[in-house]
Amino acid sequence: MTTLTRAPEAVASPPPAPDPPRRGRWVTIALFLLPAVVLFLLLVVTPLLVAAYSSLFKWNGFGGLPTDFIGLDNFTRLFTSDIFAEDLWHLLVLIALTLLVQLPFALAIAMLLNQRIRGRAVYRLVFFAPYVLSEVITGVLFSLILSPDAGMANELLSVFGWESEWLADPDTVLPSLFLVMTWKYFGFHMMIYLAGRQNIPNELVEAAQIDGATGWKTFRYITLPLLGPTIRISVFLSVIYSIQLFDLVWILTGGGPSHSSETLAVTMMEWGFKRTQVGYASAISVAMFVLSLVFALVYQRYVMRRDLEGATTSMGGRR
Amino acid sequence: MNTRRRTTLPLHAIAVVVGAFMIVPVLYALLGGFKDNSELSGNPFGLPETWVTANYTDVLASGSFWGQLWNSTFIAVATTVLTVALSALAAFVFARFAFRGRELWFTLFTAGLMFPFAVAILPIFVLLRTLGLLDNPLGVILTQAAFGLPLTIIILRGFFRSIPGEIEEAATIDGCTPFGFFWRILLPMARPAVATVSVLAVVGSWNNFMLPLVVFSEEASWTLPLGIQQFQGQYASDTARILAYLILAMVPALIFYAVAERHLVGGLTAGATKG
Repeated sequence: MTTLTRAPEAVASPPPAPDPPRRGRWVTIALFLLPAVVLFLLLVVTPLLVAAYSSLFKWNGFGGLPTDFIGLDNFTRLFTSDIFAEDLWHLLVLIALTLLVQLPFALAIAMLLNQRIRGRAVYRLVFFAPYVLSEVITGVLFSLILSPDAGMANELLSVFGWESEWLADPDTVLPSLFLVMTWKYFGFHMMIYLAGRQNIPNELVEAAQIDGATGWKTFRYITLPLLGPTIRISVFLSVIYSIQLFDLVWILTGGGPSHSSETLAVTMMEWGFKRTQVGYASAISVAMFVLSLVFALVYQRYVMRRDLEGATTSMGGRR
Repeated sequence: MNTRRRTTLPLHAIAVVVGAFMIVPVLYALLGGFKDNSELSGNPFGLPETWVTANYTDVLASGSFWGQLWNSTFIAVATTVLTVALSALAAFVFARFAFRGRELWFTLFTAGLMFPFAVAILPIFVLLRTLGLLDNPLGVILTQAAFGLPLTIIILRGFFRSIPGEIEEAATIDGCTPFGFFWRILLPMARPAVATVSVLAVVGSWNNFMLPLVVFSEEASWTLPLGIQQFQGQYASDTARILAYLILAMVPALIFYAVAERHLVGGLTAGATKG
């Protein structure tokens, strides 16, 4: 920055303009913003609008924009279909399992690794590692492990005289899927709980212990409430993720057996790409979008209100 | 000391059990890759009686594994460069200029965080087909970059705002253009934030499955996730070989994790606990 080659008198000339000349300023803003805006409008906003638009048509996805307008027929068909109801039920089951089992488990492990136990850095590294493995690697690995005939899981459990059909049985497919999800994702939640825990001043915890609080009481009345914002974020992320769950299911079960593990995204892909009923599939994606949006708005309005203090715009602004 | 050891013993036990739950599947795959299929079904856990290397060497000798590795790498790098470059320019304007419509545009980008990618996949497919970008890496790169913008812009804007205005004034007085300030001062100062968002973009691209699945039909353009899925279908009964493929496909991701763990965790936790 010290190499100044341009007219030095321009630097000295008082008074310095409060801003660069107006037009130059707008050109700068436009040039900097334009690439991102164009890409975002073209590949994020437009597809969403097209999805909403084409959900009102009977359309096989070919020949420009759809023309065969059928109003809300796709939606009536969707809302009366058994598969859609099942998808929603699977969503509820997976969310319930996540909130009642996976997140408490992640929290417990985070609290455990917050203690000074030997090797905790290694444990942290190992527990989080599956997060960087792709859903496909995870899915293929577990489809082999959970295979009913020669899979490792059954070989292991046969020692105790127990075995399961895992992903091949409609009754056990969702818990099995959830097991794989926990393997892959609990480390992520553990990590953000650990980060949240480290933001709690140790003085608070120590003060409680000096006042005679036991380990459980310290956790219940000091740590847990102060972890509130972190926990609420991780619940939020889990639910949004569950609504669009696709990769793992597609690899592990393809939605089967007989639709018993199908999710909204899997149903949408089936209709959109295998049966080329793009209009109907778009109605499913609109349903997914509305579900996510309504959840996000309601959750942020009523649950994360205290954490966010306002609209989404403040999310990036505050540090 | 004695009481301390007694109280941490159960904690150790839990940590070891959970650790086994995490490690055993990968260990099973690693060892399984060194067995032949008859041994794998009879002896799934123990060390191989004879270490068969053919599963691993066959995969490494096949061109398709390296082709997929190259495609994944190229797409991840290109996606990351594009995402970070466009986001940095936009975040700079959002952070350091006051202009009409700024909040509106920024809100639009942040709202993008809530658009599930799956919702847009059908129109994106149709759009890419119209543009002739199917079976073209560019189709995946551009789309991934577009969906990566919101989070990247949010993180970078936050960082750019934290750099004091005095530095910008000093640079301007020294004759720096806005782009000069951005390129020569702001970006070098923001290196930690840039590293964080880059790592997030690389991981996201590397693991992406849905988009390459619909964009790439020709085998030559497949990325690793597509290759693995296809390999499983092709060698369905050859479990040992699939396990070897999985392990080899894990290696780049795990090396990357070992190198970039700090940035990855920092980025994810900053994204999740900010506010």
